[in-house]
Order: sequence, then structure tokens, then C-alpha cells
Amino acid sequence: MTTSARSTPDPAATHGTPADFDVAALRAEFPILHRTVHDGVPLVYLDNAATKHKPQCVIDAVTDFYTRTNANVHRGLHALGEEATAAYEAARRTVARFLNAPDPRGCIFTSGVTDSLNLVARAWAEPTLQKGDRIVLTTMEHHSNIVPWQMACERTGAEIVVVPVLDDGSLDLDGYAALLDERVKLVSMVYVSNALGTVNPVEQMIAMAKDVGAVTVVDAAQASAHVPIDVQTLGCDFLGMTAHKAYGPTGTGVLWGDVDRLASMRPYRGGGEMIESVSFEGTTYAAPPSRFEAGTPNMAGAIGLARALEWLMAQDRGAILAHERDLAAYGQARLADVDGLRPIGTAAGKSPVFSFLVDWGHAYDIGMVLDRAGIAVRTGHHCTEPLMRRFGVAATMRASCAAYNTREELDALVAGLERARTMLA
Amino acid sequence: MSGSDANARDAAGATVALPSIAEIEAGFEMLDGWEERFAYVIDLGRRLPAFPEAARVEANRVHGCQSTVFLTIDLVEASDGGEPRLRARAVSDASIVNGLIAIMLSLFDGRTAAEAQAIDANDVVTRLGLESHLSPTRRNGLHALIDRIDLLTRHAG
Repeated sequence: MTTSARSTPDPAATHGTPADFDVAALRAEFPILHRTVHDGVPLVYLDNAATKHKPQCVIDAVTDFYTRTNANVHRGLHALGEEATAAYEAARRTVARFLNAPDPRGCIFTSGVTDSLNLVARAWAEPTLQKGDRIVLTTMEHHSNIVPWQMACERTGAEIVVVPVLDDGSLDLDGYAALLDERVKLVSMVYVSNALGTVNPVEQMIAMAKDVGAVTVVDAAQASAHVPIDVQTLGCDFLGMTAHKAYGPTGTGVLWGDVDRLASMRPYRGGGEMIESVSFEGTTYAAPPSRFEAGTPNMAGAIGLARALEWLMAQDRGAILAHERDLAAYGQARLADVDGLRPIGTAAGKSPVFSFLVDWGHAYDIGMVLDRAGIAVRTGHHCTEPLMRRFGVAATMRASCAAYNTREELDALVAGLERARTMLA
Repeated sequence: MSGSDANARDAAGATVALPSIAEIEAGFEMLDGWEERFAYVIDLGRRLPAFPEAARVEANRVHGCQSTVFLTIDLVEASDGGEPRLRARAVSDASIVNGLIAIMLSLFDGRTAAEAQAIDANDVVTRLGLESHLSPTRRNGLHALIDRIDLLTRHAG
């Protein structure tokens, strides 16, 4: 639907949100959306790529954990310990269901995608890679999917090669194919770009990587709330996701990996819970997932994440995807009408993330004016400096939508930009 | 606004049309709503003394800013043999930040070290209803400017 919308700039020509998708009912579940800012201005929250808000059921799940259950998991024999452990392991099974993972033991709780990627870099890449080996990344990676691999390269002598990005913000797949040879041992790619909204053809890219025997890693931070994820269909070896970008609490994430591969990996963080037995002569490690969950885990976070994923799975994901694609097409068409606006990232089928610059004002000034109008956007490099350099800019303004955003809020963004232009131009 | 305030006189003799902080406060009192205040702040920024091209170098750049800010702060010997006085110059590529810089220069430029130490910039900015712009999370360079003035004047004089 978005391709037809893109070729026709008239927003009314988009197919639109499905008639049975009730965005007002969805919004009613998010208490924060009903607050005001700056003495009574309604909030228009368009910074969802940074973090999404939480439905009441997620807030309740976290509160309920501390109100009724709080106890350390896998330790106490007492009633609360049993309940906390049961809830924590049930959360793991929910994550497995959400990702269609064949075995919940392959779902490791982490603090977020950054932590998940560091785990793969330290526990798989560093012991495996050798001088002359290659890691393929893309130009649109978040710093969290660059720096851990650079650190692994420093320690192993492997090197990073980078897939170029085309002018519309999509990946250069021919360039990607040209990079793939037997030297490539790992390909790590972002599913949905946080800065541009580009949805990458990861299934195809994973298949191409497999042809040269490379291990594949998917950064699903932005993707998990946008598109249904199935690790078996994708065929990847590792996938990282983060709770707070999927309507869950902060400080929690997941690394999914094949259980056998995980069982062959050495842990990189030692501590409680990750061991089988400890003596000063030596320690044997527990099986996954415990092997990679040293220390007391973020129990409330895992339970909140599971509630968020249950909430997401109970929604009509197809309707949410159609609604978000409608927002992407509508927003792109509306922003095209703003004088002097240069969009960065216009790939077909993108998620509703709008990065742009205007030639009449500085991003900081515009951000200030929008803020006073109640509109929350992000300005900056979005932790994607190589991507910003690719487009010859230091920073962009970014408006990013979630399922609860509306066309009216994108109208408010455009009106806010017009107001800023009057003040600044 | 007259440009008569002695504190805003450029040491090199260039015309500086920055109003005094008292005039700025009086101006703010007449304004209604954030849009008028922003417009006034932006107008103040347009009246900043020129920042020397030669000083737009990496060493004078404030890092970690959402906008690009260049900053020079010196204590300059007075020609009449009196106490050294602050000469602060700064510029940003963002209009609102330039206006905030102008307010800071009205406050501090031309002051002695002892006078500068006695000024509570937070208090003034709060009275103007612009306190959120001094928050470190804004990363607009204002904090760096105030910190550098404090550092330079704390042990001087």
C-alpha cells in the first residue's frame, strides 16, 4: 500500500487505517497520553523511536510484582520465591511465543539490545573470530551495533566491512552481495532503522549470509513493535530486542539464540546463578539461559516485558501494521508540503519515522518551538553518526510514531513546523 | 531599547546594541505568552556582538551541544588602569541559543571578577521564565558559558 501512496502525494489517496482499527480505544489504555505539558497544552508524543509509552496493564504488572510477589528468583524455597520464579520463567515462555522461538531456553534476559549485542560480541565473536575474518555491518546501524564489534575486532584482528545505503535510505543489496565471501564470519544488521524508518529485507539478507556460512545477528529494537517477528522464518542465529521500545518497561531486553549454539559459548560475565558448581580450583557453568544471566535479574522488567508482549499479541498486529504504514505515507506526504523541508529516508514500505531538515531554521530552535506547542520530537544524530555522515548532515529532526499515534497528531506536527517557520524564517 | 549600557560596550569599540539586563527584564514583563518571548529572545540574538571569524576554531567549540557554539572568555586589562573586566563572546548557529547568549552577555560582559561572582544567572533566567534552557539536558552551551565565567573569575581579582 505504501508504494502506491508514495507515488501519489495526495494523503487522501492512501489506503488508510483499517476501518476496524480503533485508535481511540488503544489510546485510552495509555494514561500518559492524556496528560498535558507547559500549563495545559495537550501532549503530542512523536519520540517513539526513543521510547514508547506503556499501557496500563504493563504498569499494573510491574506494580503488582512489587506489591505482591517480590522475591529473588531461583533461590528461595518460600512461597514468594516460588511465585517470583514461576512468573519469571513464564515471562521467558511468553518471549519465546512472541518470537516463535523453538525453545524458551534460547531466550536470555538482558538489559536491552545493547547488552544483547555485547553478549554476542564477547561470548561468541571474540572466541571465534581470527585475524583476516570479516564482520559485515550496514551504514545505518545504531552505535550499539557498531562499537561492540569494533571492540571484538580490536581483540581478534578481524575487520568490519560496511553495506552502503542508497539515497532513499534503503540498503544497497548489490553492494551487500559484493561484500559476501568466505572471509565473512558474521553479519549483524538492523531490522528497522531508528533514524530513517527503513525496514530492511532481513530475511533475504540472512539467507545470503548463510550461503557463505556467516552467523547472522538481527537488531530488532525498532522492529519488534512494528512487524511480527518469527526467528524461525527469519533464519537468523541471534536476535536482540528491547522491552521499552515494545511498550514494556526500561532496563530489560532479550537475546534470542539457538540453544545448542548458546550451550557451546563461554559466558562473559561471572557471578551468581550462572554456575553449576564453584570451587577455587574451578567452576562449571550452568546451561543456557542461566549461563548468561549472572546476578539477580531484572525480575519486574521481565514480567513487565511479558505483559507488554501479551498485550501486543492480543492486538490485531496486521491492523497495527496497516495503521503504522498509513501514518508513514500520510506523514511523508504532509511533510512534503512544508516549505524548504528535506526528508532523509524515503524508502518504500518504511515505518512511521520521519527524519528531516529544513533550510529556514535550526533543529534546536524548531525543537524548542515544537516543545512549547506540546509536540515531542528528537533532534540530534540518533546514535547513528556514520549514517548522518552518509547524508552529509550532522543531525536531523526526527518524529517517530507508535501504534497510538494519529493522522491528527501528524497534522499538529506540520502546523507546529509552520508556526516555527513564521517565527524563525 | 537603547544600547547605552556600559557593560555591553565592545572593548574593540564596535557598536554593541545589547540592552542591559534591567531593560531585558522590563521587556519581558510586557510580553504575553511563549511565542512573544521566543520572538524577543531571537531578536536579542540578532544583536549579539560579532564573533571574530578567526576565533571559530576547534579549541573554542563547546562539545556535546545540540547546536554549534563557539565561546571565548577573557579578563581584559582596563585602559584606565582599573580592574580587569570580563570580555565574553559567544555565538551559536541556533537563533534561540544566540538570544540566550545575548542575555548572558548582558549579565556578565564588562563586569569585574568580583561583580561576576556576585551574579546569580539562574535566578535571572528563572525570573525571565527561561530556566529550562539552563538545564544541562538542553546541551545548548549555556552551561559551558556560565561554568567558564565562574572558573575564570573565581580566583581572579
